[in-house]
Amino acid sequence: MRIYGVAILAACYLVGQSMGLYLGQWIGIGGNVGGVGFGMLLLIYFNGKLRDDAMQIEKTREGIFFWSSMYIPIVIAMSATQNVKAAVSGGWVAVLAGILATSACFALIPLISRTVKQTSE
Amino acid sequence: MEVLENLILKNGLVLAFLFVGIAMFLSNWLSRKVTFNKVPGVAMAIIAALILAYFGGEKGIAEYPLFAGMALLGGSMLRDFSIVSTAMGVRFSELKPAGLAGIISLLAGITITFFLGGMIGYLMGYTDAKSFTTIGAGACTYIVGPITGAAIGASSDLIAISIATGVMKTVFVTIITPIISKRIGLNNPVTAMVFGGMIGTTSGVAAGLAATDPKLVPYGAMTATFYTGLGVLLCPSVFYLLMVWVLG
Repeated sequence: MRIYGVAILAACYLVGQSMGLYLGQWIGIGGNVGGVGFGMLLLIYFNGKLRDDAMQIEKTREGIFFWSSMYIPIVIAMSATQNVKAAVSGGWVAVLAGILATSACFALIPLISRTVKQTSE
Repeated sequence: MEVLENLILKNGLVLAFLFVGIAMFLSNWLSRKVTFNKVPGVAMAIIAALILAYFGGEKGIAEYPLFAGMALLGGSMLRDFSIVSTAMGVRFSELKPAGLAGIISLLAGITITFFLGGMIGYLMGYTDAKSFTTIGAGACTYIVGPITGAAIGASSDLIAISIATGVMKTVFVTIITPIISKRIGLNNPVTAMVFGGMIGTTSGVAAGLAATDPKLVPYGAMTATFYTGLGVLLCPSVFYLLMVWVLG
């Protein structure tokens, strides 16, 4: 049943979110500290754990895969509903941060790739 | 007229499905026909969405009743829900073959990108911990940015900047990868895995590798799938705490 998948996803999401919120409260900075990440870890855990029974049923997985195929459309809707007018002054930050931070990573690829190859030999 | 108005008011979310579907269709078409897949359709759709939002108000185009449902579809609940679901595609058994290359490149990629991106924001006047973290997370990917921003309570305009930063990265990666592939030795599976982990933005990595050598796509994608997950785990927690501690 697809709804089983959606329900498993909902449980992981809710537990992850509450972990994030409690963690934020506990540390004293408020907000949601890593809640989405915790939810993802839980789902990965259950996906591995339940593979033999509940997850094995293709329909259960389909319930979750549907939502993962929706994330790009959701990101587009999210982008369309931001306060862009107020953000335009920060346009150059976006351009520079996006390009420079990425360039630094490009520059380091040969070094890391060489290190990895040497270590694994 | 009243019937139509009622229809629009009561079916915001369904209308949003329709609008986003049309927007994606158009941008995929433009991506293929006009840019010859040089700019991924997703990036084009997000850019178009940000431009449209400019003509709206504080809530972007959701200020208009016709588009009010976009705020629900793009709100934090459905967004975080669907992002969690993407973890289904992640298998730790896949991280094993990627092994050392995957782990080192992911950690290095996210850390370097976050701090450099945040630093550039800092130098341009975004000096508090929330702004640093949101912009740095946006430099990772356009998903990590808004999730981090919303989680730590950043304002909507900051989140818009972080999305734009991530989109810039995707477009940059797609265009630049085939050009510099030789110089960075991107012609073997190990380097492709390092590339996926260091760069991480899935659509950019896939498009960039496809333009370089389609055989390398799965290797890069293998490590890149972990990037967003690790990003949303680290940025709003460890990195944000660190920035609160450093910047106050």
